[in-house]
Amino acid sequence: MSNIPENLRYSKDHEWVLVEGDVATVGITDYAQSSLGDVVYVDFPRVGDKLNAHEAFGSVESVKAVSEVFTPLTGEIVEVNDGLNDSPEAVNNDPYNAGWMIKIKMDNPGDADAMLSAAEYEEYLEASA
Amino acid sequence: MSIKKVTSHPTQNEGLIFERSQTGRIGYRLPKLDVEETNIDEILPAELRRNDGLEGVPEVSEVDVVRHFTRMSTWNYSIDLGMYPLGSCTMKYNSRLNEKVARIAGFAGLHPLAPEEESQGALELIYKLQEDLAEITGLPGVSLQPAAGAQGEMTGVMLIRAFLDARDGEASKDRRVMLIPESAHGTNPASAALAGFTVKAIRATADGLTDMDHLRALCDEGGVAGVMFTNPNTVGIFEKDIKTICETIHAAGGLVYMDGANMNALVGIARPGDMGVDVIHLNLHKTFSTPHGGGGPGCGPCLCSAELAAFLPTPRIVSEHLAEGGVRYRLDYDAPDSIGRVKAFYGNFGMMVRALSYIYTHGKDGLKEATETAVLNARYVSKKLEETYDKPYASDCMHEAIFSHKNQSKRGIVTLDIAKRLIDYGFHPPTVYFPLVVEGAMLIEPTESVGRADLDAFIQAMIDIDREATENPDLVHDAPHSTRIGRLDEASAARKPVLRWRPDTEASATGA
Repeated sequence: MSNIPENLRYSKDHEWVLVEGDVATVGITDYAQSSLGDVVYVDFPRVGDKLNAHEAFGSVESVKAVSEVFTPLTGEIVEVNDGLNDSPEAVNNDPYNAGWMIKIKMDNPGDADAMLSAAEYEEYLEASA
Repeated sequence: MSIKKVTSHPTQNEGLIFERSQTGRIGYRLPKLDVEETNIDEILPAELRRNDGLEGVPEVSEVDVVRHFTRMSTWNYSIDLGMYPLGSCTMKYNSRLNEKVARIAGFAGLHPLAPEEESQGALELIYKLQEDLAEITGLPGVSLQPAAGAQGEMTGVMLIRAFLDARDGEASKDRRVMLIPESAHGTNPASAALAGFTVKAIRATADGLTDMDHLRALCDEGGVAGVMFTNPNTVGIFEKDIKTICETIHAAGGLVYMDGANMNALVGIARPGDMGVDVIHLNLHKTFSTPHGGGGPGCGPCLCSAELAAFLPTPRIVSEHLAEGGVRYRLDYDAPDSIGRVKAFYGNFGMMVRALSYIYTHGKDGLKEATETAVLNARYVSKKLEETYDKPYASDCMHEAIFSHKNQSKRGIVTLDIAKRLIDYGFHPPTVYFPLVVEGAMLIEPTESVGRADLDAFIQAMIDIDREATENPDLVHDAPHSTRIGRLDEASAARKPVLRWRPDTEASATGA
């Protein structure tokens, strides 16, 4: 069964967010990395880019396919995880820590509350299995 | 009697040609010069010449070179070796007759700059092929210039752009949305983006068909330049609402582009032009049996309705009836609305010779029969494997059968493992992990070139692999076992690619 940390919020597109003040850290879930297979490249937006919720912020290339990743929240990119350029495998090995992708300064910090809780995401995964 | 496998066989252990190099070894010794020597500076200036004594270039004899490449050639899998069920690629047999015809000296030796009066046969061949493709698709405008499917697609999308600009003038800039099904070939959105369109994805229904409500909703959002779809679509199902799709797009002021990748399911049976399609590309190297990839260059003709024909690339081949009788063919550059040339000379002519040869050897009835057999073969595979492999869509497939790894992944065996294990059974794996809308997709297109015995052997291999997934999963997981090298580490190859050979000394010096 996939690892779904309690302290995070989730999207139906299989992204997770960690909210700290008005900044949200975004990555893809353990389920997403395991479906994608070995990640070989992550394509990021630029710091300063403004994104709307559900817009693609980049793409993840695995040995199987290239998949878009979507921002679950509206806001401005304040940091991207450059470390993934050299070690994209972190997305597979440590999706919730070293594998984080972007940090967004949210326009409306309350938006994350509308996302799925760990229990709801687990339910969603089971229902779509 | 059991046969012991000899893995030390030299053909299986060929190294790089650099490793074969012996200092001072040469292929030829030239005779003493019996004409006056020319100073090389007069022919080639010093700054254009290498002066490192060709360091690093392998020093080998002729036989070394011949054996090196012959040994490597034995590692290939090809359509001449066995079934190549690569879905969406239509890997059909490339008949020897087509090759023979393409090698007729008048075709093979003709220079592309030869004057028109000396190229009448070649021009006539191109003209005839255009006429036949126009009849097959029901679309009268043709250009055979594009060198590949993606280029044909790009040409088609540029025709749409040119047509809209001419029709709508300034207002055309507000019509820049291209609708593309989520299961489309990746080249579709790429071509649309290159031509200046933004892409919106159309959802599919649970049956694998275009979601008509979503299509209408997207049209209502406005700005629709057109739709790019594949029929049969990329999950191998015929879009039965095709006429309504075309009418909806036309009513919204857009045009309909059809990706001809799956035309092998339609030739001689149904014509895109009759369905309401405005532009299509074909792949001669798929549907019309010319070789793929390493077997030769491609040809991706673009065909369109009469309305769009003015925008086709130049030059065009035109025919003129002569006063004294007979017909003369010439290249016509006089087309002010044309999007221009898309390929040097007139595309890859050798492919046109092979394609026309394919059409003439089959004839009308033969082309129809080939289509029927291609669909029958795919349905046979679909039916025979439906109890073993998960079929994501219930409806009958056309020329390709799609499965997911759902039944096997529960046992830890995924599509990649099944594909690799098929190699041990002597088959080229099918297309895997495409289309993306089906998890762990296996897209199997047998084509009409495969007989019943080979189909049964392939089906049995798939069933055996499923059994192995339970009885001996490691065997499947570690496959292939019969090839020169086993399972490659694709992730490391992509993450840390080694793109060039380095001599041992250099490698040890840099620690590479």
